Amino acid sequence: MEPHLLEIVDLHTHFVTERGEIPAVDGVDLSIRKGEIVGVVGESGCGKSVTSLSVMRLLPQPPGKYAGGSIRFKGEELIHAREKRMKQIRGNEISMIFQEPMTSLNPLLTVGEQIMETLRVHLPIGKKEAAARAVDMLRKVGIARAESIVRSYPHQLSGGMRQRVMIAIALCCEPELLIADEPTTALDVTIQAQILDLMKKLNRETGTAIMMITHDLGVVAEICERVVVMYAGKVVEEGAVKDIFANPRHPYTQGLIRSIPSMNEERSRLYSIPGQVPKPGAISQGCRFAPRCEYAMDICRAQLPELIAGANAAHRSRCWLNTTQEVAN
Amino acid sequence: MSRATLADSGDALLEAEELSTYFPIRTGIMQRVTGQVKAVDKISFKVRRGETFGIVGESGCGKSTTGRSLLRLIEPTGGTVRFDGQELGSLGESGLRKMRRDMQMIFQDPFASLNPRHRIGKILQEPLIVHGIGNAAERRERVAKVMETVGLSAWQLEGYPHQFSGGQRQRIAIARALMLEPKLIIADEPVSALDVSIQSQILNLMHDLQEQMGLTYVFIAHDLSVVKHFCDRVAVMYLGRIVELGDKRPLYSEPKHPYTKALLSAVPSTDLGKASERIMLQGEVPSPANAPAGCVFHTRCPQAMDICRHERPVMKQVAPGHATACHLYS
Repeated sequence: MEPHLLEIVDLHTHFVTERGEIPAVDGVDLSIRKGEIVGVVGESGCGKSVTSLSVMRLLPQPPGKYAGGSIRFKGEELIHAREKRMKQIRGNEISMIFQEPMTSLNPLLTVGEQIMETLRVHLPIGKKEAAARAVDMLRKVGIARAESIVRSYPHQLSGGMRQRVMIAIALCCEPELLIADEPTTALDVTIQAQILDLMKKLNRETGTAIMMITHDLGVVAEICERVVVMYAGKVVEEGAVKDIFANPRHPYTQGLIRSIPSMNEERSRLYSIPGQVPKPGAISQGCRFAPRCEYAMDICRAQLPELIAGANAAHRSRCWLNTTQEVAN
Repeated sequence: MSRATLADSGDALLEAEELSTYFPIRTGIMQRVTGQVKAVDKISFKVRRGETFGIVGESGCGKSTTGRSLLRLIEPTGGTVRFDGQELGSLGESGLRKMRRDMQMIFQDPFASLNPRHRIGKILQEPLIVHGIGNAAERRERVAKVMETVGLSAWQLEGYPHQFSGGQRQRIAIARALMLEPKLIIADEPVSALDVSIQSQILNLMHDLQEQMGLTYVFIAHDLSVVKHFCDRVAVMYLGRIVELGDKRPLYSEPKHPYTKALLSAVPSTDLGKASERIMLQGEVPSPANAPAGCVFHTRCPQAMDICRHERPVMKQVAPGHATACHLYS
């Protein structure tokens, strides 16, 4: 089996606040292979974005604090890497795109200048070549009239076009990993379909692995091979997309899948998970989902279950329901 | 029993006819009007008593402007809106205010629509005070009752909006809309800012309230699966116009308009077994300030014909309870 491209082990990212340290990411294990598309799903506050920002080392410290664990990229430890090294990695080996392309593009520079900047920071090429590559890159992400768009400013473009430009910037140095944080959430469905299609195509052609952070299970089903489900700072389930949709093992994953209104079947009432996502730091022991779980047992409130596999070694879940047999023995 | 089953299917609570809302484009130092954005362009539909009428479309299609124009929160440029037999355009300020008791609105962002400096109790009492209903004790009683109806507790009345989660704030917004026992609620993207697990709680609540109180909803949303789940009839909008309107089932299973077809096929499905054929639309929605002539969709339509470029198609019934504005069917 191929070695992992990215390997996060027991990551703890905390926020230091007046009321003490809040563990936003609380012992996350997550790995991505070369060329793989992995979805990271969860509701607001589950720690999915903080995990990705930790990989890029983009969290300001303070209030952010790496309280433990390791993030290895191609074997290299990133948690303690110097800022100079991180600058070489960002945009070149690992790139990131965000939900709102307008706020992540520089409004004062043309689209072309922004692509050229990234290219020239990382590659030993001249202005002319960079300019030519910028146009090429825009064409690659499906922008018509790339020669004229290269001279436009972000505000002159639509949301879908801006996200294409972001992808062009992110991929111009042919990174091995692209972290996409809700890249289609702000877009309309027809544009979302175009962008997901583009990402799939680029993944196939360039072999760039993608970490797809989303709250939308539809997007996961559409584009990912593997999925990691997070809840309140922890991974609660992971496995192949087809296994998780067909046979979700954690009650939270089951609830998430059941709460989506389906296009294909009709029910008069939607399933809904009672209660709300706990505030980070609110729960100190036991399973974080126990207060909302319909199967909660005594042990769930007392002790945190491990993330373990069942018969299928690639499908792991963190739930006492799936481990009670072993405990009884 | 809900009014939906009692009422005659032809009994319209709300009726829009040729409703238009244009916004002027002003340019230059004199701010002269140099053009118009036709946000809503001559749309007609009826909302029956007790039903949930969905309006879907992508951003900029005019669905929110339609919702606001129905209540005259934005003054429409043309056309008529009749509510409960009364034409809203003919009403003066005080007549309109009285009418608004019966028609309430819920917005997408429950934080922006609740006054951050007022306690929940005050927010909920306000509609009663404005309309001069009851004395202080009666008002308090009514507030407590409605709080319970939407699944909140009386002790929470002392809180301020920021102390509540997104889902709870949306419950408060719903409670406020219910205070005056309206007949119609226009809900503009009421669940799109919420997480999936909370979204289903709010949709279920709205469904229960409809059954208990015989409410009629106009439900504006961009999420096609939510609309399919929640609505009885659906209008699909594109660039200020309704391109297709019909009962939910035929509209979703046999969409007629090429735009509806593309829109439905673009929804990411969690059903892995079903490899649906995706109709990939080329390009993006044109600017409503410069809408294409003829059928507004012709610039992106895979089946565009010559006539589409210069003649606006009219709404035509293609099956019972199912109409579309497309030259393919005329």
